[in-house]
Amino acid sequence: MASHFARILSTKRHVGILSLVGAGSLTAGIFLSRDQHVNAGSQVRRLYPASAEYPDLRKHNNCMASHLTPGIYAKLCDKATPNGFTLDNAIQTGVDNPGHPFIKTVGMVAGDEESYEVFADLFDPVIKERHNGYDPRANTHPTDLESSKVRSGMFDERYVLSSRVRTGRSIRGLSLPPACTRAERREVERVVVDALAGLGGDLSGHYYSLTQMTEKEQQQLIDDHFLFDKPVSPLLTCAGMARDWPDARGIWHNNEKTFLIWINEEDHTRVISMEKGGNMKRVFERFCRGLKEVERLITEKGWEFMWNERLGYILTCPSNLGTGLRAGVHIKLPNLSKDPRFPKILENLRLQKRGTGGVDTAAVGSTFDISNLDRLGQSEVQLVQTVIDGVNYLIECEKKLEKGQDIRVPPPLNQLK
Amino acid sequence: MPFGNTHNNFKMNFKSEEEYPELSKHNNHMAKVLNKEMYAKLRDKQTPTGYTLDDVIQTGVDNPGHPFIMTVGCVAGDEESYEVFKDLLDPVISDRHGGYKPTDKHKTDLNFENLKGGDDLDPNYVFSSRVRTGRSIKGYALPPHNSRGERRAVERLSVEALNSLDGEFKGKYYPLKAMTDAEQEQLIADHFLFDKPVSPLLICAGMARDWPDARGIWHNDNKTFLVWVNEEDHLRVISMQKGGNMKEVFRRFCVGLQRIEEIFKKHNHCFMWNEHLGYILTCPSNLGTGLRGGVHVKLEKLSQHPKFDEILKRLRLQKRGTGGVDTASVGGVFDISNADRLGTSEVEQVQCVVDGVKLMIEMEKKLEKGEAIDSMIPAQK
Repeated sequence: MASHFARILSTKRHVGILSLVGAGSLTAGIFLSRDQHVNAGSQVRRLYPASAEYPDLRKHNNCMASHLTPGIYAKLCDKATPNGFTLDNAIQTGVDNPGHPFIKTVGMVAGDEESYEVFADLFDPVIKERHNGYDPRANTHPTDLESSKVRSGMFDERYVLSSRVRTGRSIRGLSLPPACTRAERREVERVVVDALAGLGGDLSGHYYSLTQMTEKEQQQLIDDHFLFDKPVSPLLTCAGMARDWPDARGIWHNNEKTFLIWINEEDHTRVISMEKGGNMKRVFERFCRGLKEVERLITEKGWEFMWNERLGYILTCPSNLGTGLRAGVHIKLPNLSKDPRFPKILENLRLQKRGTGGVDTAAVGSTFDISNLDRLGQSEVQLVQTVIDGVNYLIECEKKLEKGQDIRVPPPLNQLK
Repeated sequence: MPFGNTHNNFKMNFKSEEEYPELSKHNNHMAKVLNKEMYAKLRDKQTPTGYTLDDVIQTGVDNPGHPFIMTVGCVAGDEESYEVFKDLLDPVISDRHGGYKPTDKHKTDLNFENLKGGDDLDPNYVFSSRVRTGRSIKGYALPPHNSRGERRAVERLSVEALNSLDGEFKGKYYPLKAMTDAEQEQLIADHFLFDKPVSPLLICAGMARDWPDARGIWHNDNKTFLVWVNEEDHLRVISMQKGGNMKEVFRRFCVGLQRIEEIFKKHNHCFMWNEHLGYILTCPSNLGTGLRGGVHVKLEKLSQHPKFDEILKRLRLQKRGTGGVDTASVGGVFDISNADRLGTSEVEQVQCVVDGVKLMIEMEKKLEKGEAIDSMIPAQK
């Protein structure tokens, strides 16, 4: 049943206003959907002028630091979203983590759906920089979860060891991990676990709450490579995402261990479809089917995912806006990975490499995690097709090099289609 | 993560039971004291700076604690926290400080001449002596809650005051963010440099925000008087030197503190202090004197004696490794310091250290000669 919370805060009609109209409706949405007297600009404690509060970003290298001018800071520092999330909250992670000369992190997070509006003067240029010039004020983001449109997608399993597609989804009306209260986080858990219990067939499964997991269950989840840990990355902890750990965190997976959902880690939910081998088409098919089923089940209870046509699916980190999708494979490329043209080939194919431990890990042997670079501005179908075409090209290169033949660097793909 | 009071008002949309933290596996003072009724009563309250109950307890929720070591599990965001949340903090203070009651008065005594002895600890055993405390500047929020502007103001005021010290206290300030590599290496070699906190106890309380902005170290030219600015408290004041002359260390400590306080007063600032809680600091464990006076002392034989911990307890002392809190001892050398902070004065606490260490060295000498020490074991102080 829809909780008392859903009834107080939002009905489908109110939520519909938020999702249909776009930027201008947000103000109306704020007052309608929040039972609050807070409007932007009130009750942010200010003893000092903005200039005395402006962070020292001279040694910083992240997207937030590149775009947060004293003028923008002064304009936004008194504002708060309806639940009280402030600019200082949004940028704290970027202030605390100056970044790396080679790796440019985003440096800011959203505390709720409204953050992207209230702090648009900063989020928009950050989004533009991170997502290849995508302009939230001018562009629209296509969503397409029709997996049948994908061509090919069955990889040569002498090279591809496993295939995986992940994304995130946020429950509209509840704050995001940097800002959520314990009650909100528990509500996210309740709503999602409720919905997942309604999945059937090859998707039926079981929820393992982090607080109540037995040692045996924990060991099994570790062996399956499913268990997620309390975040240690300061990028996440400085943004407040590890608060109250492990309260209301958990893992759901289907009995076949091919469809997995993380609850209340870096986002409300992270949805993962995976299997050993090279059948990316089946992985993506299950991904789309599972997502649509979950959406149907939460909608029945009066809930929705956060989505709008400017930014696509709304997630905590601006880098995951749009599709929030990372489709990838673990692939053996012993010859290609030693070729000096490898990075350029990846770049032109709009792919990135990671180690097999995921982000910020190194490759082991010559097995790489290869996935799409882009998230926003192209649909799920387009991005998965990019990965399929790209990985096939990489396999062709590897085969050529095995035979002593030469390879070509492909021309760069268009980024925004 | 310090949210504003607006965020706290939003939480009132939810029932108290829905927000109550899960503490069943926790072992810290906050978790032992907090209950659902108390949470319901305090959850809509805020200090004048907007600090809330959830802010106070976040570090204790995030750090369930250890079966052997009982941490405090809550912090103050400003002076008023100790008033607004007294229903929680008074029992926590009582548990932590040996039954200290809400009606008790704390004695402050920084008159170093009241210390008896302390200049004759055997240097063959005592390698160094040190006294530290903290001070908070009245009117400014504390490290868990202060904004960048406030933290910078605390730095500005403190550095102004410290730079006007003269004589044995003449010194220099090294801001963390402007330190040269050479300065940094020297401060590390002198054992003066403090790091960005890594302890989750501090990080979860928000004390490492904006690091290293407005943090720094001041020390006198003699390298015997040192002040940390904006680490876990506004100021941490340290007097130290090699060898066992605790009397001299304490003299310098008291004189230095008084000089600093005088300069602040001239500029119309003062330290947070009241006659119930003494000096107000971020962690309730440091209320009262905020004083930890200690020595690095070699007690190889005594430390292996089965009654070592009992002896320490009776002398009202605690042991740590020579790396400070939560480190292990190396080569039989321990950091021995006073266990108490609130309810006894600075002089009384340093006297405990002086008398206790003297006694333990005599025990050590006896054990070295193969003699028993049972008759020397003191009664509970």
